[in-house]
Amino acid sequence: MSATGRRYASAAGALALVVAFAWLVAQQPLWERALSAIFPGSANPVYPGVTLADLVVRHLAIVGFSSGLTMLVGIPLGVWVTRPSGADFREVVAAAVDFGQTFPPIAVLALMVPILGFGLGPAIVALFLYGLFPVVSNTVAGIEGVPRTLVDAARGMGMGRARILLTLEVPLAARVIMAGVRTSVVINIGTATVAAAVGAGGLGDPIIRGINVQNFAYVLQGATAAALLAVVADSLLAVTERLLTPRGLEA
Amino acid sequence: MIRLTEVTKRYGETLAVDRISLEVPTGEVSVLIGPSGCGKTTTLRMINRLIEPTSGLIEIDGEDVMSVSPEELRRRIGYVIQSVGLFPHLTVAENIATVPRLLGWKRERIASRVRELLAVVGLEPAEYAEKYPRQLSGGQAQRVGVARALAADPPVLLMDEPFGAVDPLTRERLQAAFERIQREVRKTVVLVTHDVDEAIRLGDRIALMRTGRLEQYDAPEALLDHPASKFVHDFVGADRALKRLGRVRVADVMRTDVVMTADGTRKIDVAACSGGRFVYLVDDDGVLEGWVDCRVLAAGTPAEEAGTRVDWREAAATPDTTLKDALSQMLGLGFRDLAVVDDRGRLLGEVSLRAIEQTMSGSDAHVSNLAEGEVLGAPADTGEGEVE
Repeated sequence: MSATGRRYASAAGALALVVAFAWLVAQQPLWERALSAIFPGSANPVYPGVTLADLVVRHLAIVGFSSGLTMLVGIPLGVWVTRPSGADFREVVAAAVDFGQTFPPIAVLALMVPILGFGLGPAIVALFLYGLFPVVSNTVAGIEGVPRTLVDAARGMGMGRARILLTLEVPLAARVIMAGVRTSVVINIGTATVAAAVGAGGLGDPIIRGINVQNFAYVLQGATAAALLAVVADSLLAVTERLLTPRGLEA
Repeated sequence: MIRLTEVTKRYGETLAVDRISLEVPTGEVSVLIGPSGCGKTTTLRMINRLIEPTSGLIEIDGEDVMSVSPEELRRRIGYVIQSVGLFPHLTVAENIATVPRLLGWKRERIASRVRELLAVVGLEPAEYAEKYPRQLSGGQAQRVGVARALAADPPVLLMDEPFGAVDPLTRERLQAAFERIQREVRKTVVLVTHDVDEAIRLGDRIALMRTGRLEQYDAPEALLDHPASKFVHDFVGADRALKRLGRVRVADVMRTDVVMTADGTRKIDVAACSGGRFVYLVDDDGVLEGWVDCRVLAAGTPAEEAGTRVDWREAAATPDTTLKDALSQMLGLGFRDLAVVDDRGRLLGEVSLRAIEQTMSGSDAHVSNLAEGEVLGAPADTGEGEVE
C-alpha cells in the first residue's frame, strides 16, 4: 500500500473507533443489562439521573477545555524558551512545568476551590497545570531536535527567524510535539475523573458517588467509560500525529 | 567582485580573523584554505553576515554588505554547506525553490527554473524533482544543494567545504561537475576547503590562511612555484610536481585520433590498427567496451585473445579528470594509456603516460627556484616510481 493509502487507512480506522464508542455510550439499556449481570445483587446498577452519554459529553468538555488551554500555553511556551529571547527562562520554565506535574491534582483542586469556587473552574486549572509538562518538554525537544545545519542553511539563504520557525522548525518538530500532546490528553482523560470531587461533573461522578454509597457498579461504569474514551482519544491522536508528520520524514 | 579590506573578527581576546584583505574578481573562484582554526570558515561566513565582522569593510560589486539587511543580502548570495542542509520535509523541487519563493517569483517561473537547474547539475528533472532528500545519495544531495544555491541566479556563491562529506570517487565527480557548471555560469565563488588538491584543481586563486592571517593569496601555480613562506611551502607539500598535474585536464593532452570499431573483434587484424597502439571496442552507441592491443596482435595472437574487456566506469578517464587523477588511475591499473570517455561512457580518445610526462617536463622550466631540500624526480621516472 502507498504511503498515502496507509495514512487514509489509519485515519479511517480511528474514525470507526470513534463512531463505535459514540454508539456504545448511547446504549443505556445495554449498560443496564451488562452491569446487572456483573452485579446481580444491586437494585440499581446504572448511575441514575444522568445518561452515560451526557456524562461523556461533560467529561469531554472538561478535558477539551483544559487540554486546549495546555496546548495554547504549552506549545508557545516551549517554542519561546528555544528562542534567544526566552533562553534565559528555560530552566525556570522546565522547573515550573515539572512542579505542575508532580504536584497532586487533587491538592490543586482543593487549593483552587477557595479562589474559584466549586465547579468547572478549579478542575480546568488543575488539569491544565498537570498536563503542561509533556507538551512543553516535547515542544522543546522537538524544536531542538531540528539539526542546526538546517537552520544555518535556512539563514544562509536569507530566511528570517519567524519563517524558519514556521516553515522549518515547527514542521520538523510536529511529530514530537504531537506525541507530547497525545500523552498529555490521555493522562488528562484519566485524571479528569478527580474533577468530580469539586463538582465539575463528568465520568468521575459515578465513580465518586459509587465509592460514597458503596455501589461498585457505578464505579465500574464510570471507570470503563473513561478507559474506553482514553483508548479512542489515543488512537485518534496517533493518527493526527501521523498526518502531521511530513512525508519526507516517513520511513 | 568581492573585496575584503582589513576585515577582522574578534571573539573576546581571540582574533579569529586578523586584518584580512583580498579581492575575488568577478567570475573567478577563490579558495580559502588552511589548517583547522585558521579562520577560513569565519571569513566566508562574514561575507553573507552569518557572522558580523568586528571591523573592516566587505563589499560585493562595490556595495558595503553592511548597508543592506542580512536577509536581503543572503538572498543574493548562493550558499552551499558541507552537510548540504537540504530540508528533509520538502521535495527536491521545493528545496531548490526556496530562495525564488522568498523573492516572490511566480509559480511557473519557479517550476521552469527548477527543471533547468536539475539539468544543469546533471540530475534528470522528471526523475528527481519529486523525490525527498532521504531518497538521494550523498553525491546527488550535494548536486541538489548546488542547484538550490544557484536557484535565484545570484552573482556570488559561497561554498563551505561543499565536497567534504562524500567518498573520493563522488568527490571527484562533483568537482568535475562544479568545474563544468562554473564554466557555464561564471559566478564569483569563494570556496572553503582543507584539501590542497581540491584548492589547486578548482581555484583561480588560493588564499592560504593561518591563525587568522592571510599567508599568501595567489594563483595555484604561483603558490606552488613561489611559496611566500616556509609555512606555505610545507602546507602545499613536497609533491608539488604532482600537484601541478592537478591543474591540467585530460582534455588538454588527450589524443582523439584513436581507432575504434563497433564490430567486435572479428574483423580486427594488424592492418586495422593503422599504426595505433590499440583498437578500441565500442558498442553501437559508441560506449567503450574494451580494446585490442596491437602489439600482441602483431606477435600473432588472434584478436579474440588480444582483447581486454572493461567497464568504462572503472578503466577510463573523462576530459575533466585532472592529469594527477589520470596518472593515479594508470598506476593503479598498470596501464600506460587510458581511454577517455564522456559521462555516458562514449569513447572520445585516449591519454598516454607519455603525454603526462611531457606536461610535467614542460612545466619544469619554471620550477627551478623551489625552496631548499626539494627533491624533484627527473620527469621520466616521476610516473612510476615515487608516486603514492
